[in-house]
Amino acid sequence: MRTRKRFDVWTNISFLIFAFYMLFLALPLFTMLFKSVYNGTTGDFSFAYFVKFFSKPYYTNALFNSMKVTVCVTALATIIATPLAYIMATVKIRGNATIRILILISSMSAPFIGAYSWILLLGRNGVITQFVSNTFGFQMPDIYGFTGILVVLTLQMVPLIFMYVSGALKNVDQSLMEAAESMGYKGFGKMRKVLLPLITPTLLAGGLLVFMRALADFGTPMLIGEGFKTVPVLIFNEFISEVGGDDGFAAAISVIVVLFATSVFLLQKFIANRKSFTMSALHPIEAKKKKGMGSIAAHVIIYLYTFIALLPQLYVIYTSFLKSNGRIFVKGFSLQSYQSAFESIGGVITNTFILAIVSLVIIIFLAILIAYVTVRRKNALTNTLDIFTMFPYIVPGSILGIALLITFNDKPLILSGTALIMIISFVIRRLPYTIRSSAAILHQINDGIEEAAISLGASQMKTFFKITLPMMLAGVVSGAILSWITIITELSTSIILYTGKTKTVTVAIYTEVIRGNYGVAAALSTILTVITVVSLLAFLKLSGQKEVSL
Amino acid sequence: MSVTINIQDLVKKYGDTTVIPELSLEIKQGEFFTLLGPSGCGKTTLLRMIAGFNSIEGGTISFNERVINQVEPGKRNIGMVFQSYAIFPHLTVKGNIAFGLENRKLSKADINAKVEDILKVVQIEQYKDRMPKNLSGGQQQRVALARAIVIRPDVLLMDEPLSNLDAKLRVDMRNAIKDIQREVGITTVYVTHDQEEAMAVSDRIAVMKSGVIQHLGTPQEIYQRPANVFVATFIGRTNIIEAALTGGKDGYSVDFGSGYSEAMTNIQLPGSTDAKKLSVKVSVRPEEFIMTDDHTGMKATIVHSVFLGQNTHYFVDLESGQRIEITQESKTTHILEPGQVVHLKVKTDKINVYDAAGELNYTRGVQL
Repeated sequence: MRTRKRFDVWTNISFLIFAFYMLFLALPLFTMLFKSVYNGTTGDFSFAYFVKFFSKPYYTNALFNSMKVTVCVTALATIIATPLAYIMATVKIRGNATIRILILISSMSAPFIGAYSWILLLGRNGVITQFVSNTFGFQMPDIYGFTGILVVLTLQMVPLIFMYVSGALKNVDQSLMEAAESMGYKGFGKMRKVLLPLITPTLLAGGLLVFMRALADFGTPMLIGEGFKTVPVLIFNEFISEVGGDDGFAAAISVIVVLFATSVFLLQKFIANRKSFTMSALHPIEAKKKKGMGSIAAHVIIYLYTFIALLPQLYVIYTSFLKSNGRIFVKGFSLQSYQSAFESIGGVITNTFILAIVSLVIIIFLAILIAYVTVRRKNALTNTLDIFTMFPYIVPGSILGIALLITFNDKPLILSGTALIMIISFVIRRLPYTIRSSAAILHQINDGIEEAAISLGASQMKTFFKITLPMMLAGVVSGAILSWITIITELSTSIILYTGKTKTVTVAIYTEVIRGNYGVAAALSTILTVITVVSLLAFLKLSGQKEVSL
Repeated sequence: MSVTINIQDLVKKYGDTTVIPELSLEIKQGEFFTLLGPSGCGKTTLLRMIAGFNSIEGGTISFNERVINQVEPGKRNIGMVFQSYAIFPHLTVKGNIAFGLENRKLSKADINAKVEDILKVVQIEQYKDRMPKNLSGGQQQRVALARAIVIRPDVLLMDEPLSNLDAKLRVDMRNAIKDIQREVGITTVYVTHDQEEAMAVSDRIAVMKSGVIQHLGTPQEIYQRPANVFVATFIGRTNIIEAALTGGKDGYSVDFGSGYSEAMTNIQLPGSTDAKKLSVKVSVRPEEFIMTDDHTGMKATIVHSVFLGQNTHYFVDLESGQRIEITQESKTTHILEPGQVVHLKVKTDKINVYDAAGELNYTRGVQL
């Protein structure tokens, strides 16, 4: 019913934010597209880079590998997570709330930390590998390559789907299950015919998120992939490699990936729109106390999964306290690793905090304004803005990093190597979390509240600051904490944009792992985990929720 | 200062659809005026145009002589009560009520005094420091009302303020609203779809349908002499019976068929038409039937009955097959059984006779 076509202060704000996105998202992506179709040396228009890509198996294999990993991870994570969520929803598990938080924590660390921990556990000289071969005289299968990526990424993604499905199950009314039972559906039949269709929209949404993350993930295949190259690794190598690095070719591969991701995204939207419906349960499914074998089995499955999911982080924490001699862990405990972590590269912690805090302030500011204009001032401009904010879901971090770098490497705006470019990338990539939660809470605030303030003589700005903003605050804060956690664990963009002065904790962990300084890496990882867990607990406390919606 | 609201040829369009076509209306100073109609009739749209939250596509709205089409909502000096109350959840009761005053450059003491005064008027003094979430629906309603009238608005606008309350509270609150309005004497425009509520509070009511005012009058006028069949059926309950109007200037009579007709003394046809045999629609409210003991009148068969204490409702089939509803004061003797045959007459001074289209009331005394 909002038909007033007045130009007000919000129109100006919309334009400013729009300009920000044009400059720091649209322009870089366009530059990337431009570079991919123009020859770097001669400046002629050509599809040579694309021809090069599709004519060599070395490149096409990487694309195929990426698809294989992404599809397998998405499928496997869904297959594992759905039953877990179902068990948690229907069976009373001891320590239910704690388990949920632990599962959440397991998903919040940077994936590559998982990768490197699994190498410590299951790698050629891994603890478990050694143990098995010493005790049973039996050689464990290789963790490197496809298997390793699959294991690490799947473990990383299961919590995401788990949280999505848990949320959906909460909205399924118990009476729907009872209705199915009264019509003769039991056990598996009931699930297949009733429950599964009900959570399909959720599975599609969660699946898309996992798909995009697995596709974009750079650290895991880099560490554990060895010969098994995926596209993000390929792009990184092409772009960074000191000999014969080629911006244009990296741009061309990026364009291919973005096109692929976009088509998957649109396909998902197309399917999801046809299957979508809204549910809200009057009587949600309740977890019931089971007896005997059923209960034991449920507990074993849940506890075992939680243990496996947390194992990499726990092991990293454990190794951070080990004594080391050079690069090798030796017997006994010490704080040696922490000492060298602070001594040699203590600056990264300060860097991370400064970059993350500045980014977060900008994110909160922009997110509030964007949420407001897209929810309350719907027009062509704000709709475009809404679409812009979706882009970070589709564009992998390393690609956005490259796009920013090739765009702002030259006059008139030279940003490469500055802290600003890091901040911009963090803001663009992590804004959506805060926008989403701010918009969600804004949807719940009745239009009439603002009209009431205006009818009482308050100006638009006064209405916003004295009425709307205080009411939005809870939603803004919970989104901001998610943005915060994802900023401090960010690797794929920082690895491309960082310089010595702007090195972050994640980049430091990554480089230390590559150098084989596992002790220092473990110490830094532990610090990161502690910050993450504290932030997460703050989030849960503040939002009063037991879950995080991503 | 309370005002007269003058609405001239007002037009509201959403895109190409016209929601209100050229509506004119005058709301008198200090009057409690109600816009009544089914959902989608344009009543809320009209209210929001007066408030300034909806754009105006044609015509003018003036407060006294001043055209306010271009005036911002915040500068119209209106008080508005929303259907959802729109209480600011992060402010206390006092904070909510003081909000409008704080925009008006008053001293702190002045604001406090005004807030205290209004708290007394709406009788929520004891809750002044509570947060809204700790208030009941009725109390929130009083806060919303207090917040709207404390700024001494020229016009008080209320958009279905009682629709979120339960039935009993609704009755209490509507009496409270009426009392408070009378006390402060502000020109009030009230929107509702509940005709009983409208009758209870209003000085005058405009019954709307499809953006057009069907009937404008006092509650009594609208109930007793509805302008057309729509108004007759929307306000209270009624039976529409097909009949024939015969006679001329010297005397008309309504023929209900099956040998029952009544002479009418209050029929006035447009122009001087002789009604040789004009087919008409007659609106007879359930309480406008008389059961005769002498077997005169329409024959009807009892289908079933509903005992409601003071009155007993009977659903009966006429010989034409039409099912109608009649109300009789409950008697201490037995209730009539299904299948029993009764004879009915109508109270000729009360019934309304309409043209065949149901658009025009032939009965004298219609006040538009």
